[in-house]
Amino acid sequence: MSTEPTRAGSNVSLRERAYRIRRNALLMGEVQGQGYIAQALGISDVLAVSYFHALRYKPEDPEWEGRDRFCLSIGHYAIALYAALIEAGILPEDELTSYGGDDSRLPMSGMAAYTPGMEITGGSLGHGLGIAVGMALGLKRKKSDSFVYNLFSDGELDEGSTWEAAMSAGSHKLDNLIGIVDVNGMQADGASRGVLDFEPLAPKFEAFNWFVIRVDGNDIDAVRTAFDAARHHTGSQPRIVICDTRMGKGVPFLEARERNHFLRVEPDEWRQALAILDEGRGR
Amino acid sequence: MRRSKYEKPAPRTGGGLKTSAMIASLAGPDQRTRAAPFGHALVELAKSRPDLVGLSADLAKYTDLHIFAQAHPDRFYQMGMAEQLLMSAAAGLAREGFTPIATTYAVFAARRAYDFICLAIAEENLNVKIACALPGLTTGYGPSHQATEDVAIFRGMPNMTIIDPCDAHEIEQVVPAMVAYRGPVYLRLLRGNVPLVLDEYGYTFEWGKAKTIRDGRDVLVIASGLMTMRALEVAQALADDRIDVAVLHVPTIKPLDEATILAEARKGGRLVVVAENHTVIGGLGEAVAGVLMRAGVMPDRGFRQVGLPDEFLDAGALPTLHDRYGISTEAMARSIREWL
Repeated sequence: MSTEPTRAGSNVSLRERAYRIRRNALLMGEVQGQGYIAQALGISDVLAVSYFHALRYKPEDPEWEGRDRFCLSIGHYAIALYAALIEAGILPEDELTSYGGDDSRLPMSGMAAYTPGMEITGGSLGHGLGIAVGMALGLKRKKSDSFVYNLFSDGELDEGSTWEAAMSAGSHKLDNLIGIVDVNGMQADGASRGVLDFEPLAPKFEAFNWFVIRVDGNDIDAVRTAFDAARHHTGSQPRIVICDTRMGKGVPFLEARERNHFLRVEPDEWRQALAILDEGRGR
Repeated sequence: MRRSKYEKPAPRTGGGLKTSAMIASLAGPDQRTRAAPFGHALVELAKSRPDLVGLSADLAKYTDLHIFAQAHPDRFYQMGMAEQLLMSAAAGLAREGFTPIATTYAVFAARRAYDFICLAIAEENLNVKIACALPGLTTGYGPSHQATEDVAIFRGMPNMTIIDPCDAHEIEQVVPAMVAYRGPVYLRLLRGNVPLVLDEYGYTFEWGKAKTIRDGRDVLVIASGLMTMRALEVAQALADDRIDVAVLHVPTIKPLDEATILAEARKGGRLVVVAENHTVIGGLGEAVAGVLMRAGVMPDRGFRQVGLPDEFLDAGALPTLHDRYGISTEAMARSIREWL
């Protein structure tokens, strides 16, 4: 299933897209030597489905009015989104090595003013869903059929503002809003459920009048099916795809690291990680 | 210093003023007023600005936005008692090309929603107008509702314009001006039956401009918001003592009209007093002091501030509190006489 070509005129599979996104992220991570690489590897399958199956956009015109909006609430996941935007042709590949450098268009924490394709400034966690609510209201005013996607993290479930936005989206029946939660189980201070237990999560969003789907976020076929269901659901309610992902996915020695919110990776390990990724390509 | 809650107050004789009686209006009993000038100005403007939308966090009725909501129900968004969402959603609507007017109380915008205004709106220079009732000391409910430090908070935020209008006449002119301006604005809103003062002085509001409302040889009062009204009353009161008071009204607190302030402050022979409905920390007073000091200007008869003390203020009736904290007409006149 996941070998099915996506985006018109492309014969590249979603699995191959996810591989390339991971590869771009590792190359960016290597520039800094440390960072949010485990999150990037974990969310790459979701980004592959987003940018090469679900989203409507024009790479040459990132502000095209008819695009679907993709908001990155989790600013530190910028490394992952840049990797996807490069693969999508929205950002040039040769800027990859500027990641996190002075005067770069690719700062460590994603900001709308810096980067083509970056819809909002994330990073102060808990902002994205509320902004997405406003964008969804605005698109409805314009009678647009575009969707607003907001990617946020399980850590952002700690923020009260996330729940203000969740209640509002249900109340305003925002059927053009699709939330994506990355449940990777890890926050700055440790395991997410140890920081603040947000489970059971699906019933919470259901109680807020959302259409909820929960999937293995590293199963590309399942993610694609979930995104289709979210878009084609006929209920007048916001939709959420809860994606359980594995930090470091695709590079087993990084998957095995504990306390992997901000990973330090030794210089030779980056090459090892790329080699392991290459080995797994096409499998 | 607040009295101990275990100390029983002396019984009151003769009724006294009540907190609830002062909710509706700042106006004195015989003062001319206009009802809900903000709401009516928005309704008028909305006719020619289809991009205008209103949002409130369960305070439309108490920010005069309900007038707009009634006239244009399809352009009003009730965001619930959720100020973080109010500001984020306003940012989202601005991103989609609309001009959102977000209303709540000044305390909730300045304190609770600060991060959301800062990053979701100001950092992107988004076109959101934040109009907040109960700025400074305009309610007797105590610190939960008294935004005594709102100007200090927003002055520190890059890109934010701060407007502190004096009366209904000015609010009616500020509304179209702030919508014509592209960028985030914080408006210190006077609501309900708002005093009408500046029309008698032939005043017109100009974006970013301080204006001399009346001239005087002995004292220059630099004021914003309702304190300009008080300063004009003080000027009349002190005229009986042959003290000649000039009043410079500064409705745009940020960016500050430094050139006009300096030109006025440089005129010799005067005491300069900055009067503000705000704590003396970080508001118009310290902003003016900074301007004068950087330019090496020291007024001949000194520099003073009329403003709220660095305290959590009492609950009570507004006239009592304005007198207690030195921003009533009588208290301000007293202070100036002492300083001269």
